[in-house]
This record gives sequence, structure tokens and C-alpha cells, in this order.
Amino acid sequence: MALTDAEIIGLESRAEAIRETLITMLVAAGSGHTAGPLGMADIFTAFYFHILNHDPKNPEWEERDRLILSNGHICPVRYAAMAHAGYFPVEECLTLRKFGSRLQGHPERLRLPGLETTSGPLGEGLSQAAGIAYAFRLDGKKQRVYCLMSDGEQEEGNIWEAAMFAGKYKLSNLIAIMDRNNIQIDGMTEDVMPLEPVADKYRAFNWHVIEVNGHDLRAFIAAIDEAKAIYEKPTLIIAHTIPGKGVPEIEFDYRWHGKPPTHEEGKRFLKEIRTMGGKVPHEYA
Amino acid sequence: MNMLNHDAKLSAKIFADDIEKAPTRDGFGKGTVEAGKADPRVVVLCADLAESTRADWFQKEFPKRFVEMGVAEQNMATVASGMAAAGKIPFIASYAVFNPGRNYEQIRTTIALNQVPVKVCGMHAGVSVGPDGATHQMLEDIGLMRMLPGMTVIAPGDAEEARKAVVAAAKTDGPVYIRFSRSATPVFTTSDTPFVIGKATTLWKSDAPKVAILSTGSLGYAALTAARALSKKGIESIMLHVPTVKPLDEEAVLAAAKLAGHVVTVEEHQVAGGFGSAVAEFLSQHHSVPMRLLGVADQFGQSGSPDELLAHYGLNALHIEEAARTLVRI
Repeated sequence: MALTDAEIIGLESRAEAIRETLITMLVAAGSGHTAGPLGMADIFTAFYFHILNHDPKNPEWEERDRLILSNGHICPVRYAAMAHAGYFPVEECLTLRKFGSRLQGHPERLRLPGLETTSGPLGEGLSQAAGIAYAFRLDGKKQRVYCLMSDGEQEEGNIWEAAMFAGKYKLSNLIAIMDRNNIQIDGMTEDVMPLEPVADKYRAFNWHVIEVNGHDLRAFIAAIDEAKAIYEKPTLIIAHTIPGKGVPEIEFDYRWHGKPPTHEEGKRFLKEIRTMGGKVPHEYA
Repeated sequence: MNMLNHDAKLSAKIFADDIEKAPTRDGFGKGTVEAGKADPRVVVLCADLAESTRADWFQKEFPKRFVEMGVAEQNMATVASGMAAAGKIPFIASYAVFNPGRNYEQIRTTIALNQVPVKVCGMHAGVSVGPDGATHQMLEDIGLMRMLPGMTVIAPGDAEEARKAVVAAAKTDGPVYIRFSRSATPVFTTSDTPFVIGKATTLWKSDAPKVAILSTGSLGYAALTAARALSKKGIESIMLHVPTVKPLDEEAVLAAAKLAGHVVTVEEHQVAGGFGSAVAEFLSQHHSVPMRLLGVADQFGQSGSPDELLAHYGLNALHIEEAARTLVRI
């Protein structure tokens, strides 16, 4: 069902609020990743506020869809989205990476209800998602399994083992989303270890592949709907995103992969997000 | 009185030449079928080694609950993690060099830290794999796995005990590692022999032992025959078969060390980090006694017959006897 313009605007304003929380929590943490989480804020918003069949007050609900985060290092955006969706108070986001916090530097399922896996070491999420999807099919369960992964982690061999497995067993209840932001720690993915033609690679492994603008919520949700309609194949959505999205001064800059903003930068970034990069007059932001 | 512990209800042919022999991997085949009948959540994943791991026994019985993974042990561990998160009890089977050798970090993060009930089954462990040579003779798996918090580690002594270990593992909540071997070894236990995860079994006991022989895995039979031979030569011992390396039966180990005052450990594994190390870590902090740790001493294996290799690496009954004798004379 197509979303109305009002619904899209509602989701966009959620994404902006999530980006603001992200900046605030990263500044407070003093370490962590900035670019990837900002780039994925729109997609996490789409999941937690539209796509997922879930219950924030009952995170263990058996019938929920499963959202697996493979590249665990972008967990601040998942935490922020979960908090805004009502899993826990937004204030708890300020405990990110602190001693005793449920919001570990890399996500741990046992510490925070609502996380489906423990992740961080790259290349493992797609297999876990495939395992869940396989078990669901064995039990005749109808819910979906979504797996978010990065582009850089496609360099891990484990990913391709999972791709082969999901293709062989035609796991059509598995929908993977690749955050194609083109950056990784040492530089641009195509310089570090070229992935292209990555869509063709997945097609060759018997996946259905869709490419989409990862910041166009309407298009992304349409891609999910298309994936749901595909039988006998798992689907990969390659979501083209801008690392650092929402803060123009760091967008596309791979150096922001693994560091947080300072207090001063944080103030400036929040202003950029609130004014949508200067497009909204300050007094309204 | 120096004798077999009859409470252990060992094989009627215990010291006979024609004692039944079977590889412990047969226990994997039988045990998974038994566990699969008892609990529909049990599934078996195998990495292109269904026949040699005996996973095909489960496959024949429960084709829908058997998952062929291809030669992809990293994917096998992580898919199993996902299946466990969705309510299954997965047993993952391949050679121990690959499982947990190849997929160790996947096991660490997605199974151990994640605390899901995946049962990692490492086949063809030890030098007794034989002709395949060093690449396929895993000697580091006990060390790798016992270092992981929350991981139970079992090295069954024979095929019958391996069956029980598999059935017991299916009933425990957490992750478990079970080590199996390729070649046929004496089946010294029976279906009546007690098996509880975390408990050692006394196989040989005497009133005034001078040495305690503690063994894990299929060298348990060699350790028992060594205890008997020592007794004939006037050296009394207590022999403990310790299938569960972790959690260690500290009570039994401590009692044996206190009673005998000397401890010999026996395993088909590197001395570094293995079963003997686990015993030494414990005793050194609770009741320090002179010890000899028998195992492979910082070497890789090689091709040969199982008997040739066990002899070469100092792991047969004669070596155990010799180690015990020299230790008590210190």
C-alpha cells in the first residue's frame, strides 16, 4: 500500500530526530562510528516505524519479524531507532559504550531485549539471518527475516558462503539490505577491494536484486514490498546511501567511519541536521 | 583391595582380547538419532562429511531436519546460531580441524558470547586419525573450546559414552563442544555406566594408591590397562576417566590428588592448554602435587597408523605406566 505524502513526512521527521539523538549519544560516548549510522538513519526509521511487525513493549513476541544487524558497529543508529520506537527511554542512549550500559559498543543480544543477535565481527549476520529463515520455514512460520549489512563486509568469505546457502535453499523469507555507502576504514571500497559488479555477483548466486536510493523512504519501502512478492529466491536490496547523511560537512568522507564528533562538532552537526543543511531558517529549526 | 570399580558397570570383556571396538563417531550417529526422536527441535548440520561423521544416520531418519551445508564451516556455525535463535537445537558436524578450527571466531561470537544451544561436534580429533596426516589431526581443540566462557567441553571415552554425551548435550541449554575420534577403540563402558556431564568416573581403585591417573577421551582404556599393569607390579593407583573437561569434576579430581599424592594426566591433545592443563590449573591452586602431563608435546602429527602414531607421541598404555612409575619414584 502506497504511503501518503503526510506519512512520508512523518517518517522523515522521525529520521531527523533519530539523527539528532545519534549525534548527542556519540558526543557523550566519546568513541564510536558516525558516518554509517547517519547514512542508515532513514532505513532504520523505515523499519522501526513502518516495515517491521513488532511490539516494542514485548520484544520477545514470538511472531515478530526479525531484524538482524550484521555490521554491528553501526549499532548507535539501531539503539536510537529502538529508543524512539519505545523499546527503552531515549535518555538511556546517553549510556552508549559506558561501563554497565545495556548499549554495548557492539550489540549484545543478551544485554538488550530487542536485539536479535550479538554482532560486530563482520560477515556473520547473513548466515545467522539465513539460519533463522531456514528454521522458520521448517516450522511453517510466516514472518520475515531482514538482514542489514555493510558493503565493506562483503569482503568476508563467510558472506559468500551464506549467499550460496540462501540461494540453494531458496530462502524467500530472507531479505538482505546492503548499505552501499562506498566507504570502509581504509578508504573507498573500490580502492580497498573492489566489490563491483556486486549486484551481478548476488544474481549469480540466485538472488533477486533490487537497487534503490537508501534515503528515499518511499522507494525503499516499495523495494521491500517487491522483495516480499518474490518467490523461490532470497532478495538483496542494494541501498545506495550517503555516509554521514544529514551533516553536509562530513558526507562522503570515509574518515568519519570510525570516530565520533567532539562537543563543538556535535553542536554544529545538530544545527546542520535541524536546519536540513541550511535549507530551513534557523528560527524554525 | 585393588580392582576395577564395579559401580562403573564396565564391559564384561573389559580386559579380553575380543573387547568390542567402535569409533566414537558412531556414538554421534546413534546419539543424534536418539536425541532427534526425543526432541523435534534437534537438527543436524554437516559440511560435506555426512558419511564419515555419521551424520547420515540422522539424515536417513530425519531427512527434513538434516541440513547439508557444503564445505563451509564458517557458514555452518553461523547458520546454526541463527537456527538456535529461532528455537532449534543444532548439532554441527565436521572434522575438528575445521570445526572448531576454521570457524573459531564464529563460534566465539555467535554461539558462545551469544549463549545459544549449538552443539559443536569435532570429528577425527587427535593423531589417531592416522594416514591423513598433520593437516587433519586436530590437537588444539580442547584448548580452544575450554577457553570460551560458558562452553561445556566433552571428550567421550568410547562410542557408547559418545552416544550418551550427545543425548545429554541435547538436553542442556548452553553451547557444548564434543570431541570424537576416527579409529575404532575399545568400548569399555556399557549402557549402564553412569554418565553425567561434569562428572568423572572412577574405573580403577585401590585402598592406598600412590598415583592418580586421570584421562580424557578414548585413551581412557589405555589408562585403565596401565593402572592394572602397575598394580601387578606393586604400584597402586586410582584411575579416573574424565570425559567432561569443562566443567571439571573438581571434587573428584581433588579427592584423587589428595588420596594418591601424585597425578598423571593423559590426553590425545597438545599438552599446552588441554585437559592436563585444566587439571594443573585447578590443583596448583587447591592441592599442589607432583604431576606428569601426557599429551602431544608442542608438535604436529604425521601420517601413520593410529597405533604407530600413539606410540610415537608417547600415548599408549606403556607410556602411561612408565610416566606413573617414574613419577612416584621422585
